[in-house]
Amino acid sequence: MRDRRSAAARTAVDAAELGRRLREGDRTAAPAALNAIEDRSQAGRDRARALLHEISPAALGGEARAHLIGVTGPPGAGKSSLLSALVAAWRERGRSVAVLAVDPSSRRSGGALLGDRARIEHDPRDDGVLIRSTAAGSRLGGLAPPTREAVQVLAPAYEVVVVETVGVGQSETDVAEVCDTVAVVVQPGSGDVLQFLKAGIMEIPDVLVITKGDLGDVARRARRDLASALRALGARETPVVTVSSIPPPTGIDELVQALDAHRGVVDVKAARTSARRLAALAEFATEHGESGLRALGGRREALLLLEAQDAGLEVPRLVEALERAARQDG
Amino acid sequence: MSDAGGGRATRLEERDRPWVMRTYAGHSTARESNALYRKNLEKGQTGLSVAFDLPTQTGYDPDDELSRGEVGKVGVSIAHKGDMHTLLDGIPLDEMNTSMTINATAAWLLALYMTVAEENDVPVERLQGTTQNDIIKEFLSRGTYAFPPGPSMRLIADMIAFTVDAVPKWNPINICSYHLQEAGATPVQEIAYALSTAQAVLDAVRPQVDDETFPRVFGRMSFFVNAGIRFIEEHAKLRAMGQLWRELGRERYGVDDERFLRFRYGVQVNSLGLTESQPENNVIRIVLEALAVAMGRDARARAIQLPAWNEALGLPRPWDQQWSLRIQQILALETDILEYPDIFEGSNVMEGLVAELVEGAREEMAVVAEHGGAVEAVDYMKTQLVESHRARLAKIESGEQTVVGQNAFTTTEPSPLQQGEDGGILTVDPNVERDQIEAVRHWREQRDEPAVRAALDELRGAAEDDGVNVMPATLAAARAGATTGEWAGTLREVFGEYRAPTGVDSAAGADDAALEEVREKVERVSEALGRRLKVLVGKPGLDGHSNGAEQIALRARDAGMDVVYEGIRLTPSRIAATAVQEGVHVVGLSILSGSHRELIPEVLRELREAGADVPVVVGGIIPAADAEWLREAGVARVYTPKDFELTKSIDDIVDLVAERHGAAAAA
Repeated sequence: MRDRRSAAARTAVDAAELGRRLREGDRTAAPAALNAIEDRSQAGRDRARALLHEISPAALGGEARAHLIGVTGPPGAGKSSLLSALVAAWRERGRSVAVLAVDPSSRRSGGALLGDRARIEHDPRDDGVLIRSTAAGSRLGGLAPPTREAVQVLAPAYEVVVVETVGVGQSETDVAEVCDTVAVVVQPGSGDVLQFLKAGIMEIPDVLVITKGDLGDVARRARRDLASALRALGARETPVVTVSSIPPPTGIDELVQALDAHRGVVDVKAARTSARRLAALAEFATEHGESGLRALGGRREALLLLEAQDAGLEVPRLVEALERAARQDG
Repeated sequence: MSDAGGGRATRLEERDRPWVMRTYAGHSTARESNALYRKNLEKGQTGLSVAFDLPTQTGYDPDDELSRGEVGKVGVSIAHKGDMHTLLDGIPLDEMNTSMTINATAAWLLALYMTVAEENDVPVERLQGTTQNDIIKEFLSRGTYAFPPGPSMRLIADMIAFTVDAVPKWNPINICSYHLQEAGATPVQEIAYALSTAQAVLDAVRPQVDDETFPRVFGRMSFFVNAGIRFIEEHAKLRAMGQLWRELGRERYGVDDERFLRFRYGVQVNSLGLTESQPENNVIRIVLEALAVAMGRDARARAIQLPAWNEALGLPRPWDQQWSLRIQQILALETDILEYPDIFEGSNVMEGLVAELVEGAREEMAVVAEHGGAVEAVDYMKTQLVESHRARLAKIESGEQTVVGQNAFTTTEPSPLQQGEDGGILTVDPNVERDQIEAVRHWREQRDEPAVRAALDELRGAAEDDGVNVMPATLAAARAGATTGEWAGTLREVFGEYRAPTGVDSAAGADDAALEEVREKVERVSEALGRRLKVLVGKPGLDGHSNGAEQIALRARDAGMDVVYEGIRLTPSRIAATAVQEGVHVVGLSILSGSHRELIPEVLRELREAGADVPVVVGGIIPAADAEWLREAGVARVYTPKDFELTKSIDDIVDLVAERHGAAAAA
C-alpha cells in the first residue's frame, strides 16, 4: 500500500505548494489547482488568490509558456471531432494539451450534464492530456466565471490550453479576452457565421476553420463565401482552413501551422497584460459598481492607474491596487 | 373447415404447428454451451438462440484489455472457427434453426457458422436461422456497436445482398423493437422506430440488388419484438406492425407477392418489468406476456424465447430456463390456443386499438423521416427514449403505476426459491477467462499465419472499396483461422471507431416535492464544499445497457448536481483519469453484465493509484452476497433493482458526500 495523505490534508491544499508545482510544470498539480479555483467559499477565494499570485507573470519571470487557444462555433459544427484530431496532432508533436470544455447545456435546477469530454477522443493513460468540463453558467454561450482563472493555472503546466465554447457572436469575444488565438469553427452549408461576419455582429477571428471537408462542393463553396466576405471586410489575410475528421483526417497539419503562425505574430506579453488590466477593471466594477469607478475618477483614470502597475501582476493584485486607490481618493 | 353458422370458421381443420421454441442461452466456453444446447434440445426446445459474450459481440479477443472480466460472462466466447466447431458439435446444421444475437460482428459470426457448415459438408443453402444485425438499436439502447453508423449500415447491406442468393433461407437481419421497449419506448415509439430502421436498411440494400431480387430481400426481413405486461395493447401493437409493414412493402417498395409481405417476427418477452423483489411473481408476468404474442393467429410470433424468473437477480441457471421453456410447451401443447382462426377478427376493441397505434406510429415515422431517416435521427430517437423511460420510472416511483411486490403489497414471506447455496442464480467459473485467453493464444500459434495475414489484407482492401461486398473476404478470413478481434480490428482501422449519443444532453427535466428537497440539500452541501457537487457516472467494461446509468445521470442533474457522463465501454483507467481531471466528489458506476467482481476492484485500484480519494457507489444487477463483498472491497454504497426510487438513491449519495467531507474537515 502506498503512502496516502489524509483526506483532510489533501483538501487543505497549500497554495504555495500548488503554485510551486505548477511553476515547475508539474501537470499532476493541475486538477487540484482547478478545484481550488472553482471553490467559491471565502477560504477558497483566499486560497485561489494566493495561488494566482504564485503563478503570476512576475512569479514566473514572464508570461506563461502555453499557447492559449479559443475554439468556438455553433452547436453541431464539429468542434469535438476537430479537437480529437487537434489533440492527437499536438501530442504527435510532443506538446502537452489541456482542454477546458465549457459545456453549452444550460443549467436546469442548478445542475448540468457535462458530456463534452466523451466526444473528444484521447488516451486516458496519457498524462499529457487533460480535459475539464464546466457548465456554461447563466450567460448563454458565455464563459463560466472561473474560466479565465482556470486558463491561468493551466498555462504554466501545459504547452497548449484550449478553451472550447459554443455559440456565435458573443462567445468569440469572450474567448478573445482570455486567449492568444481564437479559431471559429464553421460547418459548411450553415450560413450563420457568414451572416454574422458580414453584419459585423461577430469580430473577425484569427483563424476560420471549415469542418466536414469531406462534403466536397458544399465545403468548397463555404470556403469561397467566407474568403470573399473576409476580403470585403479588409481581412484578406485571415487564414481559412478546411478540415475533415473522417478517417483519414485532412487539413489538421495545416490548421496546427495556421494557429502557430498566428501565435508567432501576436505580441503575447502586450495582449495578455492588457487583458489582465481589462479583467481587473471589470471585476472591480462588478464588485464596487459605478460609485467605485467614480471614486477612482472614472473608467479612463482607472485604466491609466492600471497601466502604471507592474505588467507582471495578476488580476487579483490589480484589483487590490484599484481598491487601495479608491480608498485613498474616497 | 367447420362453420358455426355465421359464415366464419370457429375452428381450424388442422391444429396449427407450434412456433419455434428457443431459450436465449450460452455462457463460458463453447464446450459448456454445446452441452447446454444439446440438453435443451432434449428437453423439447426446437431451435437454438445463441448468447455471445460481450467481447465477441463488440469484436475483441479474450486477451484484449477491454475484455477484462467479461469473457464468457453474458454469453459464450467465440474467438475463431475452432470455437464455433465446438459450439455446434453434434448439432445437425441442415435441420437446426439457429438465432444468433449478434450485431456489430454479425457478418463475422455468420461467416464462422457458414465455415463450420462447409467443413462438415453441409451445403450453406440449407442453413436456416437469423442474425440479429440491427445496429441502430445498438446505438439507441444495447450498446454493442463497433463501427460508426455509415460503415455499420454498409456491413448490413453487404450481408443482406450476399445472403439473399448464397444462404437463401437465412434471415440476415432481425430488426429489433425489443430493446427499444427495454429502453423505455411506448408502443407507438416501438413500432415507429423499428419500422423506420427497416426502411433505412432496405434503402441501403436497394442499390445493391436488381429489381427482381428485391422483393425476396423484403421477404427475408424479420423482426424481433418485445411484449410487455399490458398484453392486450401489446397484441394490438403486433397487428399494427403487420399492417404498416405490408403498407410499406406495397407503397414504398412495390412488393406485391403476398409471401414476401408477411410480417415475420420472433419475440423475447419483457425483461424490464421483471422485479428483484418477490421474483417468483415474474413467472406470472412472463406467462401473460407470452399470451400477447401467441393468442391471435394473424399476429402470432414465429419463434418465442422467454426470460427466466430470476433475471433481475443475476444469470439464470439451466433449471430456471427449463421452467420458461415449459411455459411455452404448456401454452402450445396443452391449451387450445393453436386450434382457432384469429380470435380477434371483428373485435371492435382490437380494431380500435390497432387504428390508434397505426396512426400514432405513422406520425412518429414522419418525424423520423423529417430528421433524414433512422440513421440521421439516432440522436432524436435516443432523446425520446430517455424521456419516455424517465416518465415510466416516475410513475412507478409515485405509485401511479402498480408493480406488485415492488411498490405495492411489499409484505412477503421469504422466497424458498432463493434459499439454495447459489442464492438462486448461476455463477460463471472465474477461470473461464484465463482459459480462454490461453486458448486463443494457442490458436494463433498453431494456425497458418501467412494465410491469415493475406486474408486480413484482402479484408482491408474490400473494406476500403465501397463497391466491393465484404462478405467473401470475411468468409476467407474465417476459413483461414483469423480471430474475432482481428476481423473487427482490421475493420476498425478502416472505418474508425464511434461513440453513440447518450441522449441525456437535451432530455427534459423532472420535478416533484421529493426532488425539491434533495435539491435544497445539494445546494447546502455544495455551499459547504465551496463548489457545486460534482458526480461522475460511469459504465466500466463492455456492457452497453446504459438505460440505468442515463436515468441516474438525469436525476442527479435534476437534483442540482454537475454530472459528468461519458457513456459506455470505459476502461477502469479512463474512469479514474476522468474522476481526477474533473475533480468530482463521488463516482457512480453502473454494471449489469455480472462482471462487477472483476471490474469494480480494478476501478477502485486505479482511483487509488491516481490519488483520487472519492467515494465510489455501484448500481446494477448485483446479487446480495456480491454486494457485501463489494462493500468490503471499499465500495461505499450498492444499489440494486430493489432501489427503484432514484430520487432516494440520489439523496443517499448526497448524504454520503456530505458525510465524507464533514468527517474530513473534522479530522
